[in-house]
Order: sequence, then C-alpha cells, then structure tokens
Amino acid sequence: MNKTQSLTVLKNTGLIAGLIGLALLAYGSYSDTDNGFLLWSCLSLILLGTSLYSAALYQGQIPGIQNNGVWFNALTNKGYWGWLLGMALTAFYIAIYFYPELLGYRTQEKSTGLVAFFDPLSLALNGKPATQWFMYGSLYTLAILIFGVKFIFKYRTNRYQIIRTLSVIFFQLGFAFLIPELLAKLNGDSPYFAKDLKNMWPLNYYFFEDWHLDGMLQGGSLGLFMLLFGLAMIVVVSPLLTYFYGKRWYCSWVCGCGGLAETAGDPFRQLSSKKISVWKLERWMIHCVLLFISITTIAVLWTYTANPNNGLGITQSALWYGLLFLFSLILVVLGGFYRKQLPTDARYTFYTIGTLLILTLALRGWNGSEPLFGISSYQLRAWYGFAIGAVFSGVLGVGFYPLLGSRVWCRFGCPMAAILGLQQRLFSRFRITTNGGQCISCGNCSTYCEMGIDVRSYAQQGKNIIRSSCVGCGICASVCPRGVLRLENDTPNNRIQDSAYPLGNLLKTMPKK
Amino acid sequence: MKKTPQPILIIGNGIAGITLAIQLRKRSNLPIIVVSDEHPYFFSRTALMYVYMGHMKWEHLQPYEASFWDDNKITLIHERITGLNSSKKEVILATDQRLSYRSLVLATGSKPNRLDLPGINALGVQGLYHKKDLEQLERLTPSIQSAVVVGGGLIGVELAEMLHSRGIEVHFLIRENAFWNTILPKEEAQMIGAHIEAHGVKLYCNTELKAIETDAENRVRGVITHKEEQLPCQFVGLTIGVHPNIDCFRNSGLETDRGILVDEQLTTNLPDVYAIGDCAQLRNPPKGRKATEAVWYSGRMMGETLAETLSGNPQTYTPGPWFNSAKFFDIEYQTYGLVGPQETAIEAHWYWQHPKQNCSFRVAYNKANRQFLGVHSLGIRLRHKIFHQWLLNEKSIDQVMEALTQAHFDAEFSTIHLKTIQAAYFKNRLQTTQK
Repeated sequence: MNKTQSLTVLKNTGLIAGLIGLALLAYGSYSDTDNGFLLWSCLSLILLGTSLYSAALYQGQIPGIQNNGVWFNALTNKGYWGWLLGMALTAFYIAIYFYPELLGYRTQEKSTGLVAFFDPLSLALNGKPATQWFMYGSLYTLAILIFGVKFIFKYRTNRYQIIRTLSVIFFQLGFAFLIPELLAKLNGDSPYFAKDLKNMWPLNYYFFEDWHLDGMLQGGSLGLFMLLFGLAMIVVVSPLLTYFYGKRWYCSWVCGCGGLAETAGDPFRQLSSKKISVWKLERWMIHCVLLFISITTIAVLWTYTANPNNGLGITQSALWYGLLFLFSLILVVLGGFYRKQLPTDARYTFYTIGTLLILTLALRGWNGSEPLFGISSYQLRAWYGFAIGAVFSGVLGVGFYPLLGSRVWCRFGCPMAAILGLQQRLFSRFRITTNGGQCISCGNCSTYCEMGIDVRSYAQQGKNIIRSSCVGCGICASVCPRGVLRLENDTPNNRIQDSAYPLGNLLKTMPKK
Repeated sequence: MKKTPQPILIIGNGIAGITLAIQLRKRSNLPIIVVSDEHPYFFSRTALMYVYMGHMKWEHLQPYEASFWDDNKITLIHERITGLNSSKKEVILATDQRLSYRSLVLATGSKPNRLDLPGINALGVQGLYHKKDLEQLERLTPSIQSAVVVGGGLIGVELAEMLHSRGIEVHFLIRENAFWNTILPKEEAQMIGAHIEAHGVKLYCNTELKAIETDAENRVRGVITHKEEQLPCQFVGLTIGVHPNIDCFRNSGLETDRGILVDEQLTTNLPDVYAIGDCAQLRNPPKGRKATEAVWYSGRMMGETLAETLSGNPQTYTPGPWFNSAKFFDIEYQTYGLVGPQETAIEAHWYWQHPKQNCSFRVAYNKANRQFLGVHSLGIRLRHKIFHQWLLNEKSIDQVMEALTQAHFDAEFSTIHLKTIQAAYFKNRLQTTQK
C-alpha cells in the first residue's frame, strides 16, 4: 500500500468514526439516555475521527497553505450549504437561549434529550445534572478542539499559528470549561458567580451586577479572589498585556469567542465585508454597545450603592467621584496626547467616554432606588442581556458565521474588543509591519482578514497596519504570497511611518503642502 | 470665465498609470483622465491567478472601491484608443471621439509573446496577461483534461499551478536546462523544479515546442516537441515573455524600438508625451537595470517619478537597489540587489540550503573588494528595508553576514534560519582563511 492509499484509508476511517460519533449524539438527543459509556464513546469518536480525518487530509498535501477553491465551494462562498448551516446554527442558538426545553432541559424534573445526554460528564465534573448551558459549553469546547486540530494541520508550516491555536484550545478547555466546573463542585452550595478567570468585564457583562457581586462576596476566599482578580484584569493585566503584545493576547490567543471564530470559524473568515461603509458601521455599532454596557453597569452599581450597607462598602458618593475621576482621566489622556490628530477609530471612543462623563454628572440628583428617565437599572440590564448577550453575541455571532464571516460579534459588538482596540491603536508596541515596497496589491491579505480590515490598502502604500480592530490572528501574513507582512512588537515610536512612497524609489519628494 | 485646464491624460490603468493618477492627485488639482479598454477599474494583474484558483473573487482584485475615483476626481474612461495626433494634442478613441490633453502619459503595458508555429492560432492556445485571457481560460477549463505550458518563467509556473489546482494534468515545457535559469542559479532552479514535480506537474527541460496539432474545428488536440514527442492536450499556455503593447502608436511620430523610447525624465520625443511602465523603453537605463522591465515595482516607481514631475517637481527616474519577489507553488522567493545565474570573474557566490526543507539563501559579492552585491532567498522572508540600506551603503559581505539576523522577517516563533546561515558562513570563512 503506498502513502496515498494508506492516507485514504485513514481518512475514511476517521470519517466513519466521526459519523458514528455524530449518530450517537443524534441518538442521545432523541432518546432519554444518560448512559455514560454512550456519551464517552460519542465524544471520543467525534474527536478522534475528525482528528484522524484532518491529519490524513492535510498530510496528503505538500506543506503550504492552500485556499484553492474556497470561492467555488457552496459552504464557504455563501452558497446553499452556507445558508443551510447558517440557519441550522441560528435555530440551535435560538433554542439554547430562548427554548431550552426543546433540547430537553427541564427545571422541575429530570432533563431529557440532548441536555440529559451530558449528565454523566456534568456529574463527573460539578456533581450536578447537566443544564442546557453545560451541554452547550461541552459542545462549544468540543468544536474548538476538533476544528483547532484541523486548523493546526492546515497551517502546520507556520509555528505562530500552531502555538496560538494550542493556546486557544488550552484556555477554552481549562479556563472556560474544566476549571470553573471543578471549582463549582468544590465551592459547594454557595451562590453562583463566574469562575472563568479570563472572562472579564465587559465581555462578562454581569460582573458588576448586584447578585454577582454578592455571589462573589459570599463565595468565601474563592469569591473574593475572583472579585479582586476580575478587577485586576480590567485595570492592570489587560492594559499591560495589550501594551506589550496588542489586543491579540486576548482576542486570538485567550478569548473563548475568539477561540471558536479562529477554529470552527476559520473556513468562513473570507466572508467578512471589506467595504468602507461597513467599516463606518462597525465603528458606530461597537461603540454603541460599549456605551450601552457602560451605562447599564453604572446604573446597576448606582442602584447597588444606594444601599449604604452594600457588600462592597462603597458609598454612592464615592462611586460618583470615582467615575468622574476615571472618565475625566481618560479624556484628558486621550485629548492631551492626541490633540492634533486623534485617529478616526479612536475619536469614537472619545465621544463614548464624553457621553458617559455627562451622564455621570447627571446622576447626582438621583438616589438610585427609582427609575431614571423612566428606566430602571433592572430593565437596562435585562435588555442588554437579551439584545446583546443573547441575540448579538450568541445567535447572530455564531449563527451567521457562514454568511457574514466568523468575527461578526468581535467586530461589530464586543465592548471588550472596543476597549482593547483603543489601547492597541494608541498605546501599544504591536503592529503589522509592511515589508518595504514588496506588496503587489494582490488582495489575499484583505480577503482572508476575518475582521474585515483592508490590509492591502496599507501594505500597498508601504505603511504598517495599526488598527483598533486587528485581533492579530496573523492569517494575512500567512497567506501573503510575497512575504510582505509580519506581526511584530517593537517600540511604539516608529510604528506609524509617514513616507510619501513605498520603499524602493530614490526620488526626491517635495515637502508636503 | 476661467477656462478649465486641459487634463493630464493617462492611457492604461495598470499599476504604472494608476500610481501616477493617485499620486498626482495628492499633489495637484489638475483634471486627470485615465483610459483603459481592459476593465473600467484598476485591478492587480499579478493576482489574476488567484481568481482562477478560487482564492479570491474578481472583485477582491480591485484595491479601490468604485466611489474612490469619483471622490478623488479621477475620470475613468472604458474605451480603446486607436491613435494619437500629437500636433493637435489629441488622442483618438475607437468611438472616434477625441480627447485633448495638457500632458499625455502612455502606460499601455505589455502583450504576451507569440511563436510562429503551425497551429498557433488554434482555439486553446493563449497567454496569461489580459483579463480576457483569464475569461477565455475559464470558459475552456471544463473541456481541458490535459494542458501544455510553454516557457519556464514566472508566468509559466503560475499558469501551471493554476491549471493544476483545477485538477488538470500539466506538462511544463522549458527550453533551457532548468527552471528560470536566466535568473536562478542551478541549485535554486533544481529545488523549484523538484517542488513543481512533487506537485505532480510534469517538467520537460531542454524541450521546445515544434507544432500544435488541431482538430477539424481548429481546437488544440496536442503538441509535438522538437524531440518529436507527442503530447495530447486541449490547452497550450504560451508564457514565453511579454513585449511592450505599442501597436496603436506605430504611425504617430513616436520614436519606438521594442518599446516607446524615453529619456531619464520619462519623456518621449513628442512634446508633453510621456511613457511609463512596461511599454516604456529607457534610452539610457540606470546601471544594472534593463531598458524595458515588465515588473510591477518598476511600473509603480515610474508612476511615482512622473507624479512628482507633473506636479512641478521635475525628477529623473532613479529606482533604488533592485528587488523582486515571487511564489513558486508553495515556495516564496525574494531577492535584493543583483545576483547573476552563475559566478563570474568578478562576482562570487556563497550558498546555503536547508538539509530537508525548501529553504535556501545565496549571497553574491565582488571577488576583488568583497562588496555585497545581492541576495536570493527561497522559503525565507527577508526585510526589504535592511537590505535596501546595506546595498545603498555598499556594505561588504562580511558586514552583511555579521548583521544578518536584523533582516529576519519570518513569522514570530519560526526558526530563525538566518542564525544558522550566519553560523555556517563564518565557519566556512574561518576554514577558508586558515587554508
């Protein structure tokens, strides 16, 4: 048997194993079994089968990144398979968020169907039967695992891609899935609070909600740790890491949403629109969401601190002065450093923070127990949870992968990405370096940018790419046929060059008008 | 009433013409008109292959949205030109409409070379240059099982890769004894050749095309090589170089040779008429450069130079140190400075090749004074800026190798081949000196 034949055998074995795994999953969701053996067989068959399949598929090809036929394939060019998959995913998300009973979830009695199928795993990890969220978390992690393995094989000539994907898998499997479940078991019956260390505010939008703050405060030393760590992430860890490495340290190395986009979403990255009009829309939308979550959080904290005996021990007055100080500081720093030319994408943040400052000033006359402008903080957060937390980040964010590309949520909605993006744009060592005058304007970089950045527009001018939205996935550099792009961290001073022409020409230019 | 000034009229919307239009607009308010019969909008010619291979769609080849041209007041005319009347300062369009100009810039690009052979006009014989070539190839593809590509240069290997990506059996005919051997030294040419064959393309070195066989409907059904070997095929790709596209200026008074003759300021013999890009032929090319260069970067730099001149800052065409790049299937190629295909009485080479991977590195230097002349790399990305400076500052080979890792441009976490190369070079240097 030659190499090709043995690879075909391996590929088919993988395919069959994976299909049996899927069949077991289907069986599990239609029967009411909670048989541990079945679940384990199902998960391992899917994982092993797909890994074997990807390994055999890519080992049969000469090393190198192949995007042949991407725009001929009905799955990856918004064809009928893309639409079908998009609809199926959307339906699944609607069921999880709004009709979990369709998936077998029961609040009063023992769950059935797909949810119950995951009971054995749930019991082993956290000691309780599965909820729809546990089932979803398990499938989510499984997706990152299997498509992560596929991604690694596809990009196996590029060590940056391999290490980055291993990181994404590690943080999903460990920090988002296993550790929180195990911690929940150890922490017994204390009230719920988030135990995913990497999931910081504002991506975790309920971090500052009263029930969550109280949950952490009553959660013993673990709860206190999560509270302090969560705060430290926002004000110390995240700005520092973003300064040194750009927002990629989070968005394409650690984050769970990013993790799914980078792995399962990889075949759809080319579907993100590169139009200038969409870039404008993106800046509006992402800052509106940032404003929305900020107002909601302030309102929630305002109500929380209205009770002088609140768990945090912060008075409403202290909160007010604190917020005023914070927003003024940001505005002064932004305005001071970038008086002459605040980049367009950063200007939106400037307005956002300005709005927040004015709103904070207006809070003074309100005691917090009654609705402000007829809206209570409870209503606000319910709306945010529904519109942004469920519909935008979940249903649209993943459901529309095959139609709008893999980073819809990250690009248009994620308030965390907005904050990190501002830091990346203004205070970071990160940039994508353009290699002198080597660009031939082919457009592979722009086409395969999942964030919809027109990378080529910078590269063909010999300019470095420094954009708020860049998540540093590095695919533009990987698919460049001429070795033009490189992700780099270096001193912030020389990031933005202002030469009239790309490198190569020795002509003497006139001083600019 | 103030009269509208006559426009700068640019014929051709490739990289040369469009660079000129865009850079000129940044420096001047004069009306700018760009005429092209190929496509209304500028697109990246070098990326035609990726559309055929399904990496990109046609729209992705266009670096600027349609609104860009209106926003920048650059008028685009999608029409063929048929002549030039320089005494009236007019260009004649195929519609017989006349466009007057203040300055005329010819940037009409190239045309693929043809061979004079039996069957050369058959359906299924074509080059790959024009948008129409791509469309024609796409139409023919369903009926091609087997194809012959003639000419071992950059476009040849691209066409071979394209056809191969669509499941077509490819026979790649090269007149010379190795791939692109007018540029690549033996070792590099062998590596690329082996890589092409590993992909399943059949390489025929020292082989020339003798005749093309056709069927009753004048479609290609095979070729005969000069070794009398018969290869059945439904498509023949002619990629044996290009020549300036200047036919429509034959009787216009323009001085031409292979291309339109221009001086250092890119001016032709006619008043206010300039030529840039592939179609221009330099009367006195700068040292180390060719009179005609059908290269993206040269076209771009000519456009930049003329943009300065036409906006009141007269400049001579002074391209910096030579650089180029390409990709042969999966192997990236970069070069800075000048490296000959073999060593000469003046030029010496030092070569390194990875024992397993498709990576190699060659430096050329002056035997007498050890001045660094240039570098070829396969599978290793090098930093243009650094080599540009080294070449301008006439560094010695030893200075270059000493500082080599500064030129590292491969992705983060990748093996720094330049360190290995540096170590190998100095080890070798030590041994040579000891002898």
